[in-house]
Amino acid sequence: MTVAEMANALSVTVRCGGDAMSREIGGCYCGDLLSMVMGRAKADDIWLTVMGNMNSVAVATLADAACILLCEGVEMDAEGEAKALQQDVPVLQTELPVYETAAKIAALLK
Amino acid sequence: MSGIHLHYDVPGDDFTRAGEASGSVKKALRQLGIPAEVIRKVAIAMYEGEINMVIHAYGGTVDVEVTGEDITMVLKDTGPGIEDIDRAMTAGYSTAPDNVRSLGFGAGMGLPNMKKYTDEMTVESEVGVGTTVTMKVYITPKA
Ligand SMILES: Nc1ncnc2c1ncn2[C@@H]1O[C@H](COP(=O)(O)OP(=O)(O)OP(=O)(O)O)[C@@H](O)[C@H]1O
Ligand SMILES: [Mg+2]
Repeated sequence: MTVAEMANALSVTVRCGGDAMSREIGGCYCGDLLSMVMGRAKADDIWLTVMGNMNSVAVATLADAACILLCEGVEMDAEGEAKALQQDVPVLQTELPVYETAAKIAALLK
Repeated sequence: MSGIHLHYDVPGDDFTRAGEASGSVKKALRQLGIPAEVIRKVAIAMYEGEINMVIHAYGGTVDVEVTGEDITMVLKDTGPGIEDIDRAMTAGYSTAPDNVRSLGFGAGMGLPNMKKYTDEMTVESEVGVGTTVTMKVYITPKA
């Protein structure tokens, strides 16, 4: 399933997304401590977090996440959005909590 | 492939910009055709080191050497140094201040990640003088 298909299936907002919207999602990781994410997330994961800033975009880029999905109504800040566009990291946003969103993703990735 | 040398100055006052050096190395390695799994290890290890130089020291320099066999990163700062390196390497140990914790740093997992993602790592540090972290990632796994 691609990032675009996932965004559609979850009915979440696409805050920004370029070519990488067609990337295949390999798995899912949830977490907000950046070093924890870099240690545990796998390449191609959809990453669920409440960290919407430049640093989370840097982490998504360097750890090769498929995209960031901001939960709990958190919005990516302006600097983070600019960096996400520049690095081609899709950023999705939802009002739903992390657990509910992850449960839906688990069903979709089955 | 002959050796390629990349040098970066990491400013100490702006950790929102930390990651630029690792991002640029990632791009360079991709252009050299280095495998994606190797690039990911280098990028994460270097970003952790870069962030540490900004949060815990006053910035520093990064030197990256790429040969046909491996990638070596040397991160050097003239910060406060680390008193007890073994304790700093322990997962969960962190002296990160509150203002950076609220941004997601401070899990105390940076140095453990650098160890995990590299094949060789040494930390040399002297209190009041600075810290030098040297890391090597093999391009082709050694038997
Ligand atoms: N370059 C450095 N200069 C001085 N102290 C350092 C340096 N790098 C690490 N340290 C010390 O080692 C501790 C552990 O570092 P580590 O990277 O593992 O965790 P952290 O930076 O506190 O949090 P995280 O990396 O998970 O966001 C730091 O909190 C700090 O006290
Ligand atoms: Mg750290």
